[in-house]
Amino acid sequence: MSIDKQDVQKIAHLARLGLSDQDAEQYHHAISSVLDLVEQMQSVNTDGIEPLSNPHEATQRLREDIVTESDRREAFLKNAPQTEAGLFLVPKVID
Amino acid sequence: MNWEVVIGLEIHAQLSTKSKLFSGAATSFGAEPNTNTTLVDLGMPGALPVFNKEALRMAVMFGHAVNAEIGMKSVFARKNYFYPDLPKGYQTSQMDDPIVGKGYLDIPMEDGSVKRVGITRAHLEEDAGKSLHEDFHGMTGIDLNRSSTPLLEIVSEPDIRSAKEAVAYVKMIHSIVTYLGICDGNMAEGSMRCDVNLSLRPKGQQEFGTRTEIKNVNSFRFIEKAILCEIERQADILEDGGKIVQETRLYDPDKDETRSMRTKEDANDYRYFPCPDLLPVVIDQEYVDAIKASLPELPSQKAARFQEAYQLSEYDAGVLSASRAMADYFETVAATCNNAKVSANWVMGELSKLLNQSNLDITDSPVSATALGELLVRIEDNTINGKTAKSVLQAMWDGEGSADEIISAKGLKQVTDTGAIETMIQGIIDANAAQVEQYRAADEDKRKKMIGFFMGQVMKASQGKANPGVVTPILTKLLNG
Repeated sequence: MSIDKQDVQKIAHLARLGLSDQDAEQYHHAISSVLDLVEQMQSVNTDGIEPLSNPHEATQRLREDIVTESDRREAFLKNAPQTEAGLFLVPKVID
Repeated sequence: MNWEVVIGLEIHAQLSTKSKLFSGAATSFGAEPNTNTTLVDLGMPGALPVFNKEALRMAVMFGHAVNAEIGMKSVFARKNYFYPDLPKGYQTSQMDDPIVGKGYLDIPMEDGSVKRVGITRAHLEEDAGKSLHEDFHGMTGIDLNRSSTPLLEIVSEPDIRSAKEAVAYVKMIHSIVTYLGICDGNMAEGSMRCDVNLSLRPKGQQEFGTRTEIKNVNSFRFIEKAILCEIERQADILEDGGKIVQETRLYDPDKDETRSMRTKEDANDYRYFPCPDLLPVVIDQEYVDAIKASLPELPSQKAARFQEAYQLSEYDAGVLSASRAMADYFETVAATCNNAKVSANWVMGELSKLLNQSNLDITDSPVSATALGELLVRIEDNTINGKTAKSVLQAMWDGEGSADEIISAKGLKQVTDTGAIETMIQGIIDANAAQVEQYRAADEDKRKKMIGFFMGQVMKASQGKANPGVVTPILTKLLNG
């Protein structure tokens, strides 16, 4: 068992998810079993092996530096519950 | 105790691309809120990023300019954190494999020494949006225009040892990115922002002390002031036997102090991992070499050429090459009047004074480089003296015309006709018999002081148009009788 319940609550907090104690218990088991598998994989010797950043054997395609999109603000703002003066409104955040 | 300050800087330079790092939205500054946005910038499900070719080219240019290793394979990673102006919940950045690796910069200091500052890395990342905390009925407004704007984050080694060195380093980076044309360098608009990591240690100690990070300092002057007051704050705590808390601080220019941003309960845990939406960026040697060959002359190279070709002092060459606009202006003036030293003095002296008074950049100077050059020609050919030239420059600045037009309209042409000058001086001597008698009775030392009175009279009588080089010998001759 590589993590405790507090770790689960911390992970949930970082993603701004609220977990009940019951949920936390359940995720604790689920995440732990994944981590146990990872632990098993750790025993493999990976010396000299380049880390894989993407499973596809391809490289990134590039875009020309051209403005291709025009203003669609009105349409975008319609998705938001609250807007004003062209802004999306969210609960007050001061950090 | 004698403390040594240790500083490392992170500079965010906004790259001057037309479109965003990962979308085809415009990057223009000052647009109406949320009008420069796309589904990608809003973090809509299913919207996928496509990497901007020009941002890559600009990053590689910078890498060459700081003598750095170029990442032949660079990888985008997700930096996860939660904030409403970052709708995806992560910033696309680079972690283990940045586009620019280790490099360095050699910075000439005022005292003639050279400071080498190591560059740890420079990586590409997207900017976040902007939160407006003004009163929207107790809510926060979000503008995502800046979301996905390309940034190059330039990280220095902790090699900097004073506020002066820090400012010199930031100025050098500013100069390089603007020379390369990859960033407009406008700090007031946030095109270049600086985070300062600072710690103190007893002189001679090897290990670093606990550091603080001062976020988002946005002018050369504030960088210097923020560093000076943070050094003092940390020294006070350490002298009293206290401990520095590792935290993020903000500099308040009005109060000239740094203060803690609300300390977070847990340290940031960004949970970086390779971005599955973007493939590794692979470039080849041919591409890297072609960019190297296309680099313009860099500030340090230009300064060296100015010393060599124009016989300027190291200091003058440094000042004149600090910005590309200043350097181009100077070279045009020098080519027009054919005297580099005089050109340097006027560009750094009178012209800079006028620009500073009006708070103008040299690119907005109402007097063009060619026009200033033509004025200096008139000093060189003795049409006017330096003092008159200053008033002509002021008139040019005020839009009264070219140097020649003003000289002719105001009748400022210097009198060099020795006959006319001699007649005028004789008149002054005749009119001031008492002073002439005193002069003749005086010894050599006193005479030297007294001659100023007569010189003043001559200039007054000629309305400043008499050529001092012609006046002095005649005046001395006639006074001595």
